[in-house]
Amino acid sequence: MSIRQGLLALLALAPMYGAQLRSDFEARTGGTWPLNVGQVYTTLARLERDGLVEGTGGPDDEGRIAYRLTDQGRAEVQRWWAAPVDRVDTPRDELVIKLALAVTVPSVDVRQIVQTQRTATLRHLQALTKLKRSTPDEAGGRDELAWLLVLDNLTYAAEAEVRWLDHIEARLAREAMRAEAPTAATSSPRDNRVSEGASR
Amino acid sequence: MSIRPVLSMEDVCRAYGAAETAVRALEGVTLQVYAGELVAVMGPSGSGKSTLLHLAGGLDKPTSGRVLVEGADLGSLKPGQLAALRRRAVGFVFQDFNLIPSLTAAENVALPLELDGERVRDARRSAFESLESVGVPELADRYPDIMSGGQQQRVAIARALVAKRRLVLADEPTGALDSQTGEAVLRVLRARCDDGVAGLMVTHEARHAAWADRVIFLRDGVVVDSTGAPPNADSLLDPVVAT
Repeated sequence: MSIRQGLLALLALAPMYGAQLRSDFEARTGGTWPLNVGQVYTTLARLERDGLVEGTGGPDDEGRIAYRLTDQGRAEVQRWWAAPVDRVDTPRDELVIKLALAVTVPSVDVRQIVQTQRTATLRHLQALTKLKRSTPDEAGGRDELAWLLVLDNLTYAAEAEVRWLDHIEARLAREAMRAEAPTAATSSPRDNRVSEGASR
Repeated sequence: MSIRPVLSMEDVCRAYGAAETAVRALEGVTLQVYAGELVAVMGPSGSGKSTLLHLAGGLDKPTSGRVLVEGADLGSLKPGQLAALRRRAVGFVFQDFNLIPSLTAAENVALPLELDGERVRDARRSAFESLESVGVPELADRYPDIMSGGQQQRVAIARALVAKRRLVLADEPTGALDSQTGEAVLRVLRARCDDGVAGLMVTHEARHAAWADRVIFLRDGVVVDSTGAPPNADSLLDPVVAT
């Protein structure tokens, strides 16, 4: 993603300068993913190189160049709206990697990692909820609606993470019980007495 | 100066059954809830969440440790005094609302006051004020069976907090509601706490727990973590000087 796709979608509305694109993008996503102007211009340069955008003319009095979509750029925007976002190419997630490694390293207390993460994620969720509380229940304008959608997405993502952590904890507890079970099933009362005696 | 919490649990243990085979539902739980604060309790089933809520409301007695509501040690009260304290200081909100179907919203909300011997007219006036405080005064004359779940839960919150009760204990208050209605109910609960009520809420939904100032995690009857510390004296509403 897609700063690239985002900028193309905005340019489909009207030609804009880099700074305009930046503030428009931020307004529509509630400032959740702030862009710096450098990123915007680098992306514009690539889009121009790929034939998706072009300058509307020379620089204005303040040296700014407005960009607009080419036909190829318009087609790219249509394609983006029409196609689902690819979820197969999963980004590397540090938490997933950390926990996958943790369950294979004997010296690590996985339950503690799970709890520490759950507390942190809940704090994040509390911060998101505070933002939501400061926003009226019913969205006023379109920009506010966009912001609420972003906020909901982050909220659901954090909630999913907590559920996943709960699930890991439950699974570990089951595994621990299963690991203990065979000894209990195969040992006779006599064996128990022996081991009790031995431990004294 | 020290601030007195509305609810204080001190090293509370609750075990069921006899000595050797006893099941420890709660072990050494210490917890304070102050006026103006909403505290959520999370944990897997069987972690002791409901036990904790029952002890906080005086519906159950700890095996050891103390539970204090508004400074009164519940363990030292006679049954009649305990029942009176529950009626006057503590309100419960349940997952399935628990409104009496043959009474209107206003009558449901007024009921604890009338049981407490208050004159009907005064009780009704307090009930109406409480319904107003949760944003549903128009429901006063309606019966529960023609209200939505969200409306019933607002009425239940009004009942829990009628006539200046300062402690609300909520057991999965959004459990029977869809996510948007649940959120609306939490906004109401949150607003009442912002007005100075102390709230303790059990939930297994992280999204709902996040409406609280603090989230406490229980596991096997033990508090294993919390997202924050109790508030400091400066940030508290309506401070009460301990005597």
